[in-house]
Amino acid sequence: MKRFVYADNSATTKIDKQVLDVMLPWLQEGYGNPSSIYELGREAGFAIQEARAKVAAALGAAPQEIFFTSCGSESDNWALRGAMARLSKKGKKHIITTVFEHHAILHTVQDLERKGFTATYLPVGENGIVNPMDVKNAIREDTGIVSIMYANNEIGTIQPIAEIGAICKEAGVLFHTDAVQAVGNIPIDVKEQNIDLLSLSGHKIHAPKGVGALYVRKGVLLDTFITGGGQERGKRAGTENVASIVALGKAMELAASGIEEKAARLTPMRERLIDGILKIPATRLNGDREKRLPGNVNISIAGVEGESLLLMLDMHGICASSGSACTSGSLDPSHVLLSIGLSHEIAHGSLRLSLGDYNTEEDVDYILEVLPGIVQRLRAMSPLWERMQKNHETV
Amino acid sequence: MLYSDKVLEHFSNPRNVGELENPDGVGEVGNAKCGDIMKMYLKVEDGKISDVKFKTFGCGAAIATSSIATEMIKGKPIEDALKLTNSAVVDALDGLPASKIHCSVLAEQAIKAALSDYYTKQGVDPEPIVGKLEDTDHDHSSEE
Repeated sequence: MKRFVYADNSATTKIDKQVLDVMLPWLQEGYGNPSSIYELGREAGFAIQEARAKVAAALGAAPQEIFFTSCGSESDNWALRGAMARLSKKGKKHIITTVFEHHAILHTVQDLERKGFTATYLPVGENGIVNPMDVKNAIREDTGIVSIMYANNEIGTIQPIAEIGAICKEAGVLFHTDAVQAVGNIPIDVKEQNIDLLSLSGHKIHAPKGVGALYVRKGVLLDTFITGGGQERGKRAGTENVASIVALGKAMELAASGIEEKAARLTPMRERLIDGILKIPATRLNGDREKRLPGNVNISIAGVEGESLLLMLDMHGICASSGSACTSGSLDPSHVLLSIGLSHEIAHGSLRLSLGDYNTEEDVDYILEVLPGIVQRLRAMSPLWERMQKNHETV
Repeated sequence: MLYSDKVLEHFSNPRNVGELENPDGVGEVGNAKCGDIMKMYLKVEDGKISDVKFKTFGCGAAIATSSIATEMIKGKPIEDALKLTNSAVVDALDGLPASKIHCSVLAEQAIKAALSDYYTKQGVDPEPIVGKLEDTDHDHSSEE
């Protein structure tokens, strides 16, 4: 029987009922401007203060180290542009990042390169994990910042953040991590892991779209990102998105308290899904099997193209993602899949399923019931599959 | 990707999928690196396309354009099949997103490649009839 299965929680998540309940009053009766002097405004100001404390607590940070933004991409842009603007005055114009970052980082670094900065893009291993020694070896006299994602958004691989943090601390360079996919999935302690700057996003953890945050370690100087009023301690102007900020605070509180439980629930589901899909011939798991997000499955299916796969899954009520060129909006398949050594052909046939809080064992059963038939159907009409069969090619 | 109902209908129920035994012409265009390959099989009788089948590796638009293109030439004289343009394919599908127009070009080219193969097998130089086949590989540098 047809079901609806949302298995794209790395793309976005449904707002949690508890989160929605705490945010709604701030859209109606609590509409005051937090900068206003009267009670209606002060209440909104206190609500933001409370949310800031919750976000900070979830990361092991102090409230004054949390700045609210409009999204993860803004946080990434601010961290890199804001830090490099300051550091370049001290002659530090070099940035270290990796080839498989989210585009919010990659395109920002590329833009900074056009503006006179230099960059090193570290490779990642076939397992989708950065080698901390590569970071150490890439640090130069003029290196200002190292930016490495906490967990990859496509293949879910978790990076050795604490080790990289220690290396950066020792070398005296700033360390930024895009933790958009990691928050709520992996315990984070910015002090213990020597993280100077950390980006996060609300809608990946059951808060609404349009709100994010940047953690900035006390003492790290960033240029103001939006000039204007004195909001966010004069660093990021614009009247605060009170309701969404309150929602983010609640979502962070829930996410941080439920991490172990979530991992314990999702990991076996993920494993069952991986084992089940790998029973289909000529398939491969992308990214390290152990060091990956509890809900992430990324598998390449030879001989089929990702977008077709997604459309067929959609017809069966399953929402998923792919790294095929057709879904990325460009002609090349996902840079992440190419970075771990996949050929274009195999990268075009990738499928990402990301499980979250609302997925059940029945969802896993249903995906495993539906997927083999879809693959069979697409392979039956695929001249590429025909050729691979003839030449005994494997993945 | 905002596909028309017609595209989705052809994608979910593609016409003329498969291969033909002893085809009179076979054409294959595209490549796996770019994510789409179309292969067309033709039977020709009395100057007409008496049967046509296709196999496609590619996105929803690639499968839908293959399907509708085979429908548009089946039973038609060769001359009509040669006149089938990619824009006619796009129109028949009630439009395609801009980034998918190249799929309709592939469909047109696949038919021409199959007819070119047909003439070659007949010992006739296809170029004066079919025209020169375009290089259907994507030019990554110019399209980005």
